[in-house]
Amino acid sequence: MSVLTPAAGSRHVALGRYAYLTFCALVFLFLVAPILVIVPLSFNAEPYFTFTEGMLRFDAEAYSLRWYREIVENEEWRRSLVNSLTIGTSATVLATVLGTLAALGLSNSHMPARRLVTGLLISPMVTPVIISAAGMFFFYSSVGLGQTHLGLILAHTALGIPFVVITVTATLAGFDRNLTRAAASLGAGPVRTFRKVQLPLIAPGVLSGGLFAFATSFDEVVVVLFMAGVEQRTIPRQMWAGIREQISPAILAVATFLIGFAVLLLLAVEWLRRRNGSAPPRR
Amino acid sequence: MSRSARARRLSRSSPSGGPGSARALADRERLRAVVLVVPLLLFIGITFLAPLGMMLLRSVHDPVVADALPETLAVLGEWDGEGLPPEAAYEALARELTRAREERTLGQVAGRVNRVESGMRSLFTRSARGLQGVTEGPWREVMVELDEAWGQPAVWNAVRATGQRFTARHYLNAVDMQRLPDGSVTRQPEERRIYLALLWRTLWVSGVITLLCLILGYPIAHLIAHSPPRRANLFLLLVLVPFWTSLLVRTTAWIVLLQTQGVLNDIMVAIGLVGDDGRLTMIYNMTGTIVAMTHVLLPFMVLPLYSVMRAIPPRYMDAAASLGATPVQAFRRVYWPQTLPGVGAGSLLVFILAIGYYITPALVGGSSGQLISNMVAYHMQTSLNWGLAGALGGIMLAGVFVLYVLYDRLVGIERLSLS
Repeated sequence: MSVLTPAAGSRHVALGRYAYLTFCALVFLFLVAPILVIVPLSFNAEPYFTFTEGMLRFDAEAYSLRWYREIVENEEWRRSLVNSLTIGTSATVLATVLGTLAALGLSNSHMPARRLVTGLLISPMVTPVIISAAGMFFFYSSVGLGQTHLGLILAHTALGIPFVVITVTATLAGFDRNLTRAAASLGAGPVRTFRKVQLPLIAPGVLSGGLFAFATSFDEVVVVLFMAGVEQRTIPRQMWAGIREQISPAILAVATFLIGFAVLLLLAVEWLRRRNGSAPPRR
Repeated sequence: MSRSARARRLSRSSPSGGPGSARALADRERLRAVVLVVPLLLFIGITFLAPLGMMLLRSVHDPVVADALPETLAVLGEWDGEGLPPEAAYEALARELTRAREERTLGQVAGRVNRVESGMRSLFTRSARGLQGVTEGPWREVMVELDEAWGQPAVWNAVRATGQRFTARHYLNAVDMQRLPDGSVTRQPEERRIYLALLWRTLWVSGVITLLCLILGYPIAHLIAHSPPRRANLFLLLVLVPFWTSLLVRTTAWIVLLQTQGVLNDIMVAIGLVGDDGRLTMIYNMTGTIVAMTHVLLPFMVLPLYSVMRAIPPRYMDAAASLGATPVQAFRRVYWPQTLPGVGAGSLLVFILAIGYYITPALVGGSSGQLISNMVAYHMQTSLNWGLAGALGGIMLAGVFVLYVLYDRLVGIERLSLS
């Protein structure tokens, strides 16, 4: 680390460097340990939230798949998975299509009032979600979309759109306009130019925007708390109930599943970023 | 368009200004851009901005009483507010209470008035029941007979106050103020002041969390930014895994770690740091809120810091050292000032997010670790005082908007996503 190259022979500097590295190690521990602790505990044979003596002795008896079985067999968890997937996928498709089109418009230098429009389109991301949820609750119930899947899909689309707009706009910033001009000069119409030239090049950005939108919906609980009926409960909503009402290690099994899912999403987005060359923003 | 701009434009376009001119091209480009953006703008307008607007409208607009008691309110409009209102007011109210009871809106109306003057709910329902079958006045005597409260001006003032369609009442309430019958505005009595203290607590806690994130995040952002690429990627992963992990999972993790029968307490008991009966209460209070929220928001501090630090060439620090600066001096005078944009961006982002946080305080905050968002949720779901929820939301929204504009000035909203 060239920045902190110790000045010759200075013990203070060496000490300071150790302190700095130890501090960093502790912060990384703080970041990751809570998540890692969940994984082994989800295999607990006993209904406890902490390590049993058997687990510490690595006794095979102390570990079991009991909580995973419980989840798989549980009707409510299964339904919430289906809900999460349908709502998340629909919201993602809507947000990606609308968001990509808008990003194309926003990155056109002739777009009027760009700053204002960008601000409005990004506003769902900065508005505290409790306020969005409260407003949506009134509005969607008054138009008959309260406690419906469609209502939740529309709400989650709105929350996911800023991520698509931002990611795709950033990708387009690194896009060479000469390519579309070349396509146009060779006789391709705007739609064909977009499909054959622009879209393949910005595809990684569009995809990672979509993944952000999906992750947003998949992890969203406040709007669901306000708007969903029993029929629309999603995984986070079910976890919320699990934490608040009957806290059982079954939610640790769900949490482990969600951690694995998060790692997959993360790897996908990082892979897309690499492919994209000019790195788009990281959320 | 200013004249000079127009002149510049014209000079660029072909003399004829025909369809192939630069101007026509620009117009077409603009149209194309607008056409692409409009669908999303409409979508956001309907699915997001309209709901927000509706909530804000609700915080100032409350027509329930005005719709139910129009004639009574018309008579009270003429009344001076002192002494008792005229017989016509009693007559109108008797009629309208009976009608509200038949139309089943009485509960709503009584609830509204009750928020201004307690005890009104039962007064209304009791009187409406008592008025059943009474067909003849004098109404003042009939009603005072039913309940002598009807002989007090305060009760009538409360009816008149809630009868306004547009009202600042909820906003006054949200900052612990009230309007007295004579129209003056004063603070709420001591025991009813809750919201200002909660607002301050929210700001204070958000500040503490921002500072903690900065203290924890700055060194690791520095480490990541100045490590060799392979190791930097690994470290970055350690920040990104929690960032992508579900908020509920992370909150659950902290419950598992911090609760009295949890992992941390078990470890401390096992190594003899505390006795089995001396287990620490680290969750379901403010400590729980602060620890869990710092964990959740830390990546939002690290990532902007990292992207700023990565752009600082290491040779600047080498130069400072070779000119005789101690590491501390070099850091303070050379490195730190260059990271200020990242510090500003990260801190503002964490602060904005912290102010609006709901889930984590609700799950691990207990009763002492609640923030303003939790009060909004309480009024939405439990007390059903939606006007007040709207007003609290409006105040939060105004605060966030100010910070958002500040962020836009400092960093630019396009870069909001932790680029």
